[in-house]
Amino acid sequence: MPSLATFGNDLYTGKRSYPFVQKYKLWFLIAAIAILISIIVPVVKGGFNLGIDFRGGSEFTVSATENTDISRGEDAVTSVEPGLVPQVTNIAPNTMRIQTEQLSDDQTLAVRDALIEAYEVEADQVTSTFVGPTWGQDVTRQAIWGLVVFVALAAVMMAIYFRTWKMSVAALSGMTVVLIVTAGLYSLSDFEVTPSAIIGFLTVLSYSLYDTVVVFDKVRENTENIDKSTKRTFSEEVNLAVNQTLVRSINTSVVGVLPVASILFIGAMLLGAGTLRDLSLSLFIGIIIGTVTTVFIAAPMYAWLRAKEPALVRQAKRVEARRRHESAESDEVTV
Amino acid sequence: MARSGHTTAAKRTLVWLGVLFAVLTAALAGGVMSNQATWAPKLALDLEGGTQMILAPQVQGGGDQISAEQLTQAVEIIRQRVDGSGVAEAEISTQSGRNVVVSLPGVPDAKTRELIQASAAMEFRPVLAGSQGAAVPEESRTPEEELPEPTAEPTNASDLNWITPELYQKFEALDCTDPAAVAAATEERAPADQPMVACEPDTGMKYILGPVEVPGTNIATASFGQVRGTQGQSLNQWAVNIEFNEEGTQTFKEVTERLFGMSGVQNQFAIVLDGTVISAPTTNAVIPDGKPQITGNFTEESARALSEQLKYGALPISFEIQSEMQISATLGDEQLRMGIIAGLIGLALVAVYSLFQYRMLGFVTIASLVVAGFLTYLAIALLGWTENYRLSLAGVAGLIVAIGQTADSFIVYFERIRDELRDGRGLVSAVDNGWKRAQRTVLASKAVNLLAALVLYFVAVGNVRGFAFTLGLTALADLAVVYLFTHPVMQLLARTKFFGEGHRFSGLDPKLLGAVPLYRGAGRIRQPGEAQPKVRTKNAKAAAEASRRQTIAERRAAAEKERSASVPGRGSDKESN
Repeated sequence: MPSLATFGNDLYTGKRSYPFVQKYKLWFLIAAIAILISIIVPVVKGGFNLGIDFRGGSEFTVSATENTDISRGEDAVTSVEPGLVPQVTNIAPNTMRIQTEQLSDDQTLAVRDALIEAYEVEADQVTSTFVGPTWGQDVTRQAIWGLVVFVALAAVMMAIYFRTWKMSVAALSGMTVVLIVTAGLYSLSDFEVTPSAIIGFLTVLSYSLYDTVVVFDKVRENTENIDKSTKRTFSEEVNLAVNQTLVRSINTSVVGVLPVASILFIGAMLLGAGTLRDLSLSLFIGIIIGTVTTVFIAAPMYAWLRAKEPALVRQAKRVEARRRHESAESDEVTV
Repeated sequence: MARSGHTTAAKRTLVWLGVLFAVLTAALAGGVMSNQATWAPKLALDLEGGTQMILAPQVQGGGDQISAEQLTQAVEIIRQRVDGSGVAEAEISTQSGRNVVVSLPGVPDAKTRELIQASAAMEFRPVLAGSQGAAVPEESRTPEEELPEPTAEPTNASDLNWITPELYQKFEALDCTDPAAVAAATEERAPADQPMVACEPDTGMKYILGPVEVPGTNIATASFGQVRGTQGQSLNQWAVNIEFNEEGTQTFKEVTERLFGMSGVQNQFAIVLDGTVISAPTTNAVIPDGKPQITGNFTEESARALSEQLKYGALPISFEIQSEMQISATLGDEQLRMGIIAGLIGLALVAVYSLFQYRMLGFVTIASLVVAGFLTYLAIALLGWTENYRLSLAGVAGLIVAIGQTADSFIVYFERIRDELRDGRGLVSAVDNGWKRAQRTVLASKAVNLLAALVLYFVAVGNVRGFAFTLGLTALADLAVVYLFTHPVMQLLARTKFFGEGHRFSGLDPKLLGAVPLYRGAGRIRQPGEAQPKVRTKNAKAAAEASRRQTIAERRAAAEKERSASVPGRGSDKESN
C-alpha cells in the first residue's frame, strides 16, 4: 500500500522532497496577496457580521417547537412593542431564533411570554439572552488583551527554548498570517462573529504556535551542528526538517480537524447557531490554515531570516565548494 | 544496556499510574458516599438550564474604575440579596476584576431581578420604637382601638407621630427570627422621607425607624481601631470611626443634638443598609466635628466588617446588566447530548484514522486517549466537588478539541520512533531514543498549550474561561498519560514478538518504514537480517554524492533511469542526522 509510512520514508531520507524553503518567494507572495485581500475585504464590506454580543440587543431561542412559522415570532414581538423590527430565523430543525434591538427588562419578559404562547411551547423551552451595549466592547478588549499577553509570553518562551529570537519572529509571522487570513475569511463569508468564535480564534493562534514548535524542534535538531557540516546548506537542512515532519503535520492536522469537524457538523446541522458551531467553525478554518502556514510561511521565514548570517553564508560557501569538488571528481569517473 | 531494568521501570510506572487512578477514584467515591460529590460532573447553566447575569458594578461618583475591595463588597451585597430572596444554589463570582457573575437555577422572577440590580443604599435613621425580633403572638397584639394614633404632623424625624396604626401593626407582625421574613422586609424599600420597620439580624432586634436623616453618601470614610483612653492608652476595646463630609457633619450634629436629649430607644439611631439595620448605636454625646465613634461589643472582626460596610456606603454601588441569559433546560439538555455525540463521533474518527495510519500501534493511541479521558473525567468530577467547577458547553467543546491535541503527542512520539527505525535501530533502542527526542518536543509544545490556556483563563470573560480551563486540564492530563502510560507501554510492547519483530500490522515494520534501503539496484531486495553493504566503489560514492546535489526532479529522473537500467549503486543515499 502506498501508505503515508512509505511516503514518510521518502520524505525522511530526502528521496522525496518538497521545496518549502526554496520557493519561499512564491509562498510569501501568495501570503501577501491573501493578507491584502483579508484587509481590503472588511474595509470594503464595512467590517464583520457581528453577533448580538457585540451589537447589544435581545435574543430568544425557542427549542423543540412544532411551529417554525416566522410570522408567529414577528407578531409575538410586535404585539409587545409595535415599533420593533425582529429578525426571526429558523436556525435548525424545530429551533427558532428571534433577535431584536435592546429591550428593557420588562419588555424582555413580555416578549418571552408572547413567544411561549405564539410557538405553543413550555416556559423551559425558551432561552433568552440580553446583552448590554458595552458587553461586546468588554469581550473584545479582553480578547485583545489575551492575545497581546499570550503572544508576548509565547515569543519570550520560544526565544528562550530555541535560543534564538529569529525562531520566535518566524513562528509569530506564521501566526500573524493565520490571524489575518482567518479574519479575512470571516468577513468574506459573512460568518457571524460571536464570543465563541473569538474563543476559537484565540485557540487557533495557540494551535498555530503549537504546530510550529513541533516543526521547529526538528529544525533545531537538524541544524544543531550546521557549522561543522558541509552536507547541506542551512536552508536545505530547514527544508529537510519540514519534509521530515510533514507526515506528522498531516497526521496532526487530520486528527485535530476530525473532532472539530464532527462538532461543526453536529453544531451546524442539528443545533444551528450557537456556541458549538461558532467555536468549531473558527477552529476548523484556523487549524487548516495554521498547519499550512507553519510549513509554507514560518519555516521558510526562519531560513530566510538566518541565511544571511555571516557564519551561515560561509557554511553555504563550504557546501558549494565541496559539491563543486565532488562534481568534478565524479565527472572524471563517470562517463 | 540493562534491558530488564527498563522493563521493570516501565512496569513500575504503570503501577504508579494505577495507584494515581485508585487514589482519585477512591477520593471521588468517598465524596459520593458522604453525599458531598456526585459521579457525574457538575454542569454549568448553559447545559443545565438557568439564568446567568453578568453585572458591571457602577460606583456613583467613584469614576470608572472599581477597586478590588469594592468589587468584593459588591459580591457580598449581591450574595446577601440573592440568598435573602430564597433562591437556592445561586452562585456569585467575580470575573476579570470587573464584573460580577450571578448564576441562578431556573428563571428568577421580576422581583429578584430588580433586587439584584438595585443600588445598595446606606442611610442613617432615628429609632422610634424597638423590641425583641420575634413576632408578637396574634392574641397578645395591641387591640385596634389602643393603637398609637398620630395626633399631629410629625415635626422632625424622631417625632412619634410618624407611627401610624398600620405601621405599628406591621411592626408587631414582623418576625425577625424568620430569614424569609427578613428578606421580604429587605425587598421593600421604604422611601427616604417615610418611616419603616426593619430587623437587625446581628442582635435579633426589630425597630420602627423614622425617615432618613443622613444618607450614606455623606460619609467621607470609615475606619476601625482600638479605643484610646484619655492618656492614650489602649482600652482593649474595638471601635468603629466614621468621618462625615461637610454636609454630613452639619446634619449629624443636628441629629445628635436632638437624639442626645431623648431617652430610651429614641436615643438610638440605626445604620440601615439595603433595608436591614447593621448597627443601632445609642447617642452618648453631641458630635459637632462629624467624627462619631461607635463602641460596643465589637471584636476586631466585626469592627472591620462594619467599617467596611460604612466605607462602602459612602460609595453606593449599582449594577448594570451587561448580559443576561436565560437558558431553557430543553436547550441545555439538547446541547449536552449533541456535544457528547459530537465528541464520540470525533473520537471514533480519530480512532479509525490512527488504526489506518499506525495499524496495531493505533490501539496504543486509542488506549492512551481512553486513559487521558478517564483522568480528565476524574479531575473534572473532583474539581466539581472541591472547587465547584462546572462544565459548560464551551468546556465540552474544549474537551473535544483536546482529543486532537492529545493524540498529537502520540503522533510526535510514534513518528520519532519510526525515524529511529529508519536509521536502522532495533525497536527497543528506537523507542528509547525516539522518546528522548519526542519528550523535548512534547514538553515544549504542551507548554505553548498550557500558556495559552492560562492566559485565556485569567484574561477572558464569559464563556471563554470554561473552554480555557478544559484545554489546560487536558494538556496536563496529556502530559501525565504520555509519561505514565504511553511511554511505558511502548517500552513493554517493544519487547513483544509482534512489535519487536516488526509484524506487518504492527505499524513499526522496519521494512515498510524503509529502515535500510530495500532497493539497492540490480533488482535485489535486501533482507532485513542481511548486513548493510559497507563497501562502496568509488563510482557508487560519486554517484551518491552527485545525487545529493541534484534537484528533486533530477533525482527522480535519475532514479527512474537507474531502475530501468539496473545499474548497481545506490539510488539515493540514506541521509540521517
